Amino acid sequence: MPIDTIEGVAKKLVLPVQNYALLAGRAIGNIFQRPHYFADLIVQADSIGIGSLPIVILTGFFTGGVLALQSASSLAQFGATAITGELVSLSMIKELGPVLTSLMVSGRNASGMASELGSMMVTEQIDAMRALGTDPLKKLVTPRLFATVIMLFFLTIISDTVGTMGGAFVSVFMLGQDGSQYFHTAYQVLRFPDILQGLVKPVVFGFIIASIGCFYGMNTRGGTQGVGRSTTQAVVVSSVLIIFVDFVISRFMIGVFGR
Amino acid sequence: MSTLTQPSSTAAQEDPAQPVVVFDHVSIGFEGKQVLEDISLTVSTGDTRILLGPAGSGKSVLLKLANGLMRPDSGTITVFGEEINNMPEEELFKLRGRIGMVFQEGALFDSLTVRDNVAYRLMEQKVPEAEVTRRVTEALRFVELEQTLDKYPSQLSGGMRRRVAIARAVVNRPDLLLYDSPTGGLDPITSTTIIELVMKQRDVYRTSSLLVTHRLQDAFTLATHTFDRAQNHMVPIPDGGLDSKTNFLVLHDGHIVFDGSTHDLVHSDDPFLKEYLS
Repeated sequence: MPIDTIEGVAKKLVLPVQNYALLAGRAIGNIFQRPHYFADLIVQADSIGIGSLPIVILTGFFTGGVLALQSASSLAQFGATAITGELVSLSMIKELGPVLTSLMVSGRNASGMASELGSMMVTEQIDAMRALGTDPLKKLVTPRLFATVIMLFFLTIISDTVGTMGGAFVSVFMLGQDGSQYFHTAYQVLRFPDILQGLVKPVVFGFIIASIGCFYGMNTRGGTQGVGRSTTQAVVVSSVLIIFVDFVISRFMIGVFGR
Repeated sequence: MSTLTQPSSTAAQEDPAQPVVVFDHVSIGFEGKQVLEDISLTVSTGDTRILLGPAGSGKSVLLKLANGLMRPDSGTITVFGEEINNMPEEELFKLRGRIGMVFQEGALFDSLTVRDNVAYRLMEQKVPEAEVTRRVTEALRFVELEQTLDKYPSQLSGGMRRRVAIARAVVNRPDLLLYDSPTGGLDPITSTTIIELVMKQRDVYRTSSLLVTHRLQDAFTLATHTFDRAQNHMVPIPDGGLDSKTNFLVLHDGHIVFDGSTHDLVHSDDPFLKEYLS
């Protein structure tokens, strides 16, 4: 029965992708259907956005700082330490700001969503919600999805800003560089495609974090052990997807804009 | 115990001859394993059908099928005269407005207070705040838990949580109640309190219901007792009588092995039933 086995394996591989696509599609489509849960959106935005602020600020600041340290030591070999700000700013805004912020938020919120929704699944709270006439996708998934997309966008901007400041702090106070030169080069190097790239990525990454977190949560089976498994899978899959999609977006943007 | 306001006029009450739930040759399986096979049953208006069976025989699955929470692989399920097999989820939400369900462990929303749990359906239906408060208080008075309004489920005992779940199920005065092991995991005294509430709903409001249990004692209490409104307590039916509206279904290995009255059940010669009831 080798053909049956291949068919079975293929179905097992394709079915979760189909279910994920359906969940994500319906979650987006729900914005055009009543009822809307604005209160839940605000609660989630507060939890995801404000709650993630400390880790995003810390990560951004030290990433900018270490970027300045590393690039300054490399640039010193060519006598080009004057463009430290340029390197920090470009790296933070195009790559490290969106990616590191997303990974941080993924670790904090994809796991949170998977475990919260997973717990609700195994204790039949999701079934109870449906039995009480509420669509769990509208009530639980859509607010999380949009709250993550919106808040990650702003968190990334904050991370970019704080990272650039971190680089400035290291450059000025540890490496003895000129502050105005740092900020001048950091600003002058930026072009529209760089900003666009840095702002498109968090929107896509936010979608990945929330949809993957909710997907694993809503498909949790097998009690508390299942909740743990869903949580781990949500973080791993969303993190890998973020890095993969980052590559795809970068390649696409470079192909279109040439930088 | 307090009583709830009488339900408003519904389709089921307008046509008492129409069965509330009909399963017609229903089968469902998961991952290659058949859980329910060729199930046919009927719940008539005002009937209380007690679903007995060993653990893992598919009782809870049957209840979820009746509420449209799961879809059968084959056969048809009709609820209030509407076939729900292929009914879109949006329409099912409306239909479920007439169905109350008590889940195995209560399934209360642990992030909401007792008040918000009980009021959940009413708040979703945008019922005015004053009306919500009145009906929630009424439902909680029915289960004698008015004092728990602002508590969270984690602050309640297992029995209290189950009573709140009953209050949540009856708050919108449903035409059909589905009880999934409402006394499972509870001590005998608390179980009796829960069964008394089920009986009260049956005898005072004549709500049709499908009750899953593996506790024979609870099932036979329901069959042999009636709720006395004057005493506000359940009492045995005189002369060893049986409640004519309460009858049994027994599931075994995904099949219905018995469908009939209490009298027929206890006098059955079926070896499995004899062993199960002994």
